[in-house]
Amino acid sequence: MEVFVVSLLNGLVYGMLLFMLASGLTLILSMMGVLNFAHASAYMLGAYFAYTISLYIGFWPALIIAPLLCGLIGAAIEMWGLRRVHRNGHIAELLFTFGLALIIEKVVQMSWGLLPVPYRVPELLDFPLFKVYGTQFPAYRAFMLAISALMFGAIWLGLTRTRIGLVIQAALTHPDMASALGHNVPRIFTLVFAAGTALAGLAGVIGGNYQVTEPAMAFTMGPIVFVVVVFGGLGSLTGCFIASILMGLIQTFAVVFDVSLADLLAKFGFVVTSSTPFAEVLNVTLPRVGALLPFLMLVLILVFRPRGLMGTRDT
Amino acid sequence: MTLLRRHWPWLLAIVILLAFPFLFYDWSKGRHSGFVLTLMSEIGVMAIFALSYNMLMGQAGLLSFGHAVLLGMGAYCAAHVVLLVKAGSFWLPTELVPLAGGLGGLFFGYVFGWLVTKQRATAFAMITMGLGELVSAAALMFMGFFGGEGGIPIDRVMDTSLVGVKYSSPWQVYCLVLVWAFIAAILMRLQTQTPLGSMANATRDNFERAQFVGYDPRMVRLYQFALAGFFAGIAGGLYVLIYEIVTFDTVSAAKSANALLAVYIGGAGGFFGPILGTIVVVLLQSGVSLLSNAWLLYVGVLFIVMVMYAPGGLIGLIFMHMPIWRAGRMRELLLPYARAFPPALLVLLGFVLMVELASFTTIGAAQGKKFSIAGHTIDTTTPMPWVIAIAALVLGGLWLRREARGFRERWDALMEGAKVASAKTSADAKIPLGKAQEAMS
Repeated sequence: MEVFVVSLLNGLVYGMLLFMLASGLTLILSMMGVLNFAHASAYMLGAYFAYTISLYIGFWPALIIAPLLCGLIGAAIEMWGLRRVHRNGHIAELLFTFGLALIIEKVVQMSWGLLPVPYRVPELLDFPLFKVYGTQFPAYRAFMLAISALMFGAIWLGLTRTRIGLVIQAALTHPDMASALGHNVPRIFTLVFAAGTALAGLAGVIGGNYQVTEPAMAFTMGPIVFVVVVFGGLGSLTGCFIASILMGLIQTFAVVFDVSLADLLAKFGFVVTSSTPFAEVLNVTLPRVGALLPFLMLVLILVFRPRGLMGTRDT
Repeated sequence: MTLLRRHWPWLLAIVILLAFPFLFYDWSKGRHSGFVLTLMSEIGVMAIFALSYNMLMGQAGLLSFGHAVLLGMGAYCAAHVVLLVKAGSFWLPTELVPLAGGLGGLFFGYVFGWLVTKQRATAFAMITMGLGELVSAAALMFMGFFGGEGGIPIDRVMDTSLVGVKYSSPWQVYCLVLVWAFIAAILMRLQTQTPLGSMANATRDNFERAQFVGYDPRMVRLYQFALAGFFAGIAGGLYVLIYEIVTFDTVSAAKSANALLAVYIGGAGGFFGPILGTIVVVLLQSGVSLLSNAWLLYVGVLFIVMVMYAPGGLIGLIFMHMPIWRAGRMRELLLPYARAFPPALLVLLGFVLMVELASFTTIGAAQGKKFSIAGHTIDTTTPMPWVIAIAALVLGGLWLRREARGFRERWDALMEGAKVASAKTSADAKIPLGKAQEAMS
């Protein structure tokens, strides 16, 4: 039971972090059709900016400044890069963001070094908030939950209650119609791209000290965020939310349960020995498979339900 | 004789490739330069790999992010075959080890292809990425087949050669790589002319119409994917023979990215683009990485520049000159090129200096390296070199912009002239215009 509650809380924290990344990506992907490989790079940049800013003026200003910087970079990429490439089709856009992700990783390595930087949780939040069955729950995780819940609320209100939100929703499903009605769809694209990148930056600010701030963080996080977006389905923020939480829970629970298929078979009186066919596959324990699960989910969902959990159209 | 007349570029290429290592031959010791031979063998293997990647990207319009899976699986199969042959389970000549890798690649290409070819376009890109991550995670997990982090080491001296060669020296291996590279390249070239190759083009250009003609695009994609797996597997088999080890990096996302970069930089449209791209990428990777930490940055920037300004790749840039060449007016381009050259060089130098300064301040300092040009050690913490780099970049950029305008005017005028000339000759001699375009693609 205790393991369950603690894992549930950790899974929620991780899931909400994923949602902050994935929500921006899902908006960009469903509106513009651009599979943005550089999205996780914005997450990394957010973490590194926050680290540098927190060295000079502290963590709290960084919480605001770093995402804004990321947003500005996002707007610049959209206006001067993507728009130019747009003429050559979606594949060219995808390749452009892919090249950008490579360059950003290298630039980060060159600016901050190859090793992880000591980006730490601010002292103000560095204490255990409460104990669940003897396990401490750090206040910082609660803060992460609060920030991401706040962002979720803000996105939801912004999309459903404001005029610009309604236009974005319209452009999400019917971009041609929205532009025919006189809305400046390219400008909305820039706005959404910048906002999405800023959100990814914010995720980096609060996730960088929860995980490790290192140059490889973009390439470990990126594929998982893609899985979430595809799993949730294009054009659906709710689907994206469910998929993020699900992914967070799966990844945390997979680490906890130390069982393998062989154990499961043993319950039915089927003993796996080293001479059984596929003994190696059957003996692999769940924590070791944990890293593999998201990609298994990605392949399966694309094969059997390409529109994802709640998507409105095929990927 | 017709063979000589029609296929002279291939024969010339063989002669050049065989002669090239002798430029680096150490006559005093009487042996080849191992570095050059390994580098050229690597180029050969990666060229097969890039060409097989182009079977998907160029021919069928399928963007894969997990092509290294096929290379790696072929390599692992070949490694196991070598181990079995050494253990005496069966007999196989060393020369056919790449074929074993190819068959492994074909098998896995069919199996994985059955999963991934259900989708096309963006979904295909994502599903191959998922598959790539899946296999590279599995490679560390299952010791039996993949050998974990240590990989599977082999010994290529098998004493089962058909021609009585031991393959103990890099020169012998290089010759084997060359033979297989030519076989694979010719087969892939011929494959573009088969009905399958044409249908792959058709499903790329308009998959709905391909369906109306009565072909199942899914099957076209599947067969194309499996065949690409075969050739990637051959590359994998050669990889094993060169390095005598296969580890999980052969299936990694970085290897897949390498193929993508090489194909796109070289040009996915023409058959020979990927080979050109491979040469550029491998030389940057092996040559520049000796001098600088930032080779991937240079490749990445080159890639982005290609995506933004020259979607046809290097080969596309070369072929853009064809109409002017035909019109015999290349000479008029010499001056504009000469004028654009110094600012372009300035921008390049400024950029390289800037990147190197940045890389030596952080990574280089951590590794205890000093930045030196021609014997002069440069202190990267002083502002002076930075100012020079930025000034070169900005001034060169402005100058290049000015020259580019003049260049464009000249270019447009020449193109216009070439068009008029070619329209005239084609009207006179009734040469179909399509010929020229055919030659370009």
